[in-house]
Amino acid sequence: MQTDDFAGRPSGFDVAVIGAGIVGCALARAFTLAGARVVLLEKAADVLDGASKGNSAILHTGFDAPEGSVELACVREGNALYHDIRGRLGLPLLRAGAMVLAWNEAQVANLPALMDQALTNGVTDIEPLTAAQARALEPALSPAVCGGFRVPGEHLIDPWSAAHGYLAQALANGAVLMRQSEVLAARRSGDTWHLATTSGEVSASLVINAAGLWGDEVDRRVTGESWFTIKPRKGQFVVYDKSAAALAGHILLPVPTTITKGVVVCRTAFGNLLVGPTAEEQDDRDHAAVDRPTLQALMRRGVEILPALAGHEVTAVYAGLRPGTEEKDYRIRTDLAPGYICVGGIRSTGLSAALGIAAHVLRLSGLGAAPLADPVWPVMPNISVDGPRDWQSPGHGGVVCHCELVTRREIEAALTGPLAAGSLAGLKRRTRVTMGRCQGFYCSAGLAQITEGRLAQPMLGPDHG
Amino acid sequence: MAEPEVIVIGGGPAGLAAATDLARAGRRVTVLDREPAMGGIPRHCGHYPFGMREFHRLLRGPDYAARLGQVALAAGVTFRTGCTVTALHPGGVIDITDTDGPATIGARVVLLATGVRETSRAARLIGGQKPGAVLSTGALQGLVYLNGQRPFGRPVILGSELVAFSALLTCRHAGIRPLAMIEPGDRITAPGPARWLAWLLGVPVHLHSDIAAIHGRSHVDGVSLTGPSGSRDLDADGVIVTGGFRPEASLIRASHLALDPGSGGPVIDRWGRLSDPAYFAAGNLLRGVETAGWCWSEGRRTARAILAALQDRLPPGGGGRVVLDHPALRLALPQANPALSIGAALGITFPFNLLLGIPLYHRLAQQALQ
Repeated sequence: MQTDDFAGRPSGFDVAVIGAGIVGCALARAFTLAGARVVLLEKAADVLDGASKGNSAILHTGFDAPEGSVELACVREGNALYHDIRGRLGLPLLRAGAMVLAWNEAQVANLPALMDQALTNGVTDIEPLTAAQARALEPALSPAVCGGFRVPGEHLIDPWSAAHGYLAQALANGAVLMRQSEVLAARRSGDTWHLATTSGEVSASLVINAAGLWGDEVDRRVTGESWFTIKPRKGQFVVYDKSAAALAGHILLPVPTTITKGVVVCRTAFGNLLVGPTAEEQDDRDHAAVDRPTLQALMRRGVEILPALAGHEVTAVYAGLRPGTEEKDYRIRTDLAPGYICVGGIRSTGLSAALGIAAHVLRLSGLGAAPLADPVWPVMPNISVDGPRDWQSPGHGGVVCHCELVTRREIEAALTGPLAAGSLAGLKRRTRVTMGRCQGFYCSAGLAQITEGRLAQPMLGPDHG
Repeated sequence: MAEPEVIVIGGGPAGLAAATDLARAGRRVTVLDREPAMGGIPRHCGHYPFGMREFHRLLRGPDYAARLGQVALAAGVTFRTGCTVTALHPGGVIDITDTDGPATIGARVVLLATGVRETSRAARLIGGQKPGAVLSTGALQGLVYLNGQRPFGRPVILGSELVAFSALLTCRHAGIRPLAMIEPGDRITAPGPARWLAWLLGVPVHLHSDIAAIHGRSHVDGVSLTGPSGSRDLDADGVIVTGGFRPEASLIRASHLALDPGSGGPVIDRWGRLSDPAYFAAGNLLRGVETAGWCWSEGRRTARAILAALQDRLPPGGGGRVVLDHPALRLALPQANPALSIGAALGITFPFNLLLGIPLYHRLAQQALQ
């Protein structure tokens, strides 16, 4: 079985990052490249198991972020950094552009203020659109559209390969990943934190809390109290068949409210069409359930925006949890305890902002180590529509998942190495296996054979197989 | 190897039957299948009854699948397994990929016999979380019969089509005891003897019921049901989502070929020919779901039409399309040829008795002996 090898790790780290979501992965990368010895602690069997497992996969520009916020600064910097590094890490980018669309006169009246905000936020390439212009650019759009504006810089990415890529680079340059390692308590002696985890004690000079949905709880476990409260906000999504992707080239955004960016219709990096999310407050941080009436409402909304969507099949449905807090902005603080930085309340913009958050936190930390002179740049395998896939090259060992054309060689690669999948969900995020139309009708049996004894959290239950 | 005159995509009963007859008529035929062996769905169904129509004896699915393959090979058919078709182009040109990588091949005629799949849990919008151990019948049979695995011990079965009872037999084979069968409608969809099978195996059938939510993060911790007497929870550790068959037509959707909005399969004319006359279709790709024997018969009929096409005896394609666009017609068996409907009417009760009546008596006899 693939487990993280803790035996060879150094006894003390410069930095311990708690939580291997998109933010934790970006933090591990930034501090490793800055010359620190980093350990990344994750309580689940695999990385990206919390808030980062379900989002809308948009690389935002920050055009609608609150003026002067930390969030805006991090989204702007994170977006630019993604463009800078994605080529070397092999990360995809679907240059879609977004349209903010108004569907009634009240929303039309809001458009000038939104465009002003975009300009204030430094997003200067926006273009106002009449209803006719919007429909000329997107012929499948409903005639009910009243107008809007275009944000050319909003793009689509693979939310998982991005985080895996950041972490893979950290690991390739000396960082240590410890999964199934929940932080239980912390004690500081001198300049060192001693973290008691479910995998034993870990010591580090600096502890960074990137625990997402459990950020307030980790705050308490480290400092004894928490200065904010996580208020999970659920988003449900419907993923349509690849046949629907031709209906929308742009990311179709509604006029946002103060609570949410609203229901988005956009392609995915994997060639599907996505409708979502909802915004539903709940107390439960572990369970993100979908429900039929809400999914049906999303589908109705999708058809209102793109009438031709009615004839297309649903491939998947999912729900994600955003780690919202009492306030809208990120909750980043360095003054709660010595050698401790809390990076909390990273809501729906975390994917876009992660690299910017990491750069921001690195600056806040005042880390004095020397940056790596010649870091390793691992290249992530491409599973998106933005580039050739493994099935297109010889020796792939056969196609295992026919709907998503996932090869045996891709699955083997995802089950080996320092970032080997720890669960079926993790394997799906790395390869897209079983995530297509048939949802495992064909490949489950073959997959169970390939993964047997190789996942920390087995595909079948503990008593079966 | 000489270029094939006919490429068959899908080595299930329909595809193998057509390939066999075409090879016997002296045609060069290659069958492509994405699985490691020929046989299609029956290869995964380790229970009776298959083969009465074709071999005049009762066989288990895998034995039946193997026989179909042996007969085709003996007739001179070329097999290519582990081969995935990735695109269909005009004029019978197709893209494939296998371990050697991608390639483009072609033939005068391409027969699509890609069958059906069950509607997934996601497409049914079943609520709750997404733990493992929520399986289609196809996935369950693969795990049980091909791998010898036992994915759960006390699942619920959603649906009451014939395939739900196939799932029940599969559970019995693996020592799995389903807690209940859940049917949203007001009666069991499968005909006649099927309901006795559930009763015989002591599995309660809940009509007018549905799964509102599946609970559990990594594994199933229970399901919530809605029903006539309100909602309640069952302590299930798995869910089998059965039936709701839909054509495996994703290649057609992504191609130049016309799709029939009624069946979800391709538009065909009375010879089983698609909007591009280089393509034909046969088997369950054309409808909800029928028995293996039915698909086999249709494969043979379509082979005759393909033979006529190869001899330039068919009128030019493009005319006489029949599009069925009414939900009530989705279960209709013949798409175009009225002569088929008589065969369908005769064929329907007999195979159902075979499928369920005989195994039922077989089980009863076994239990009496014990």
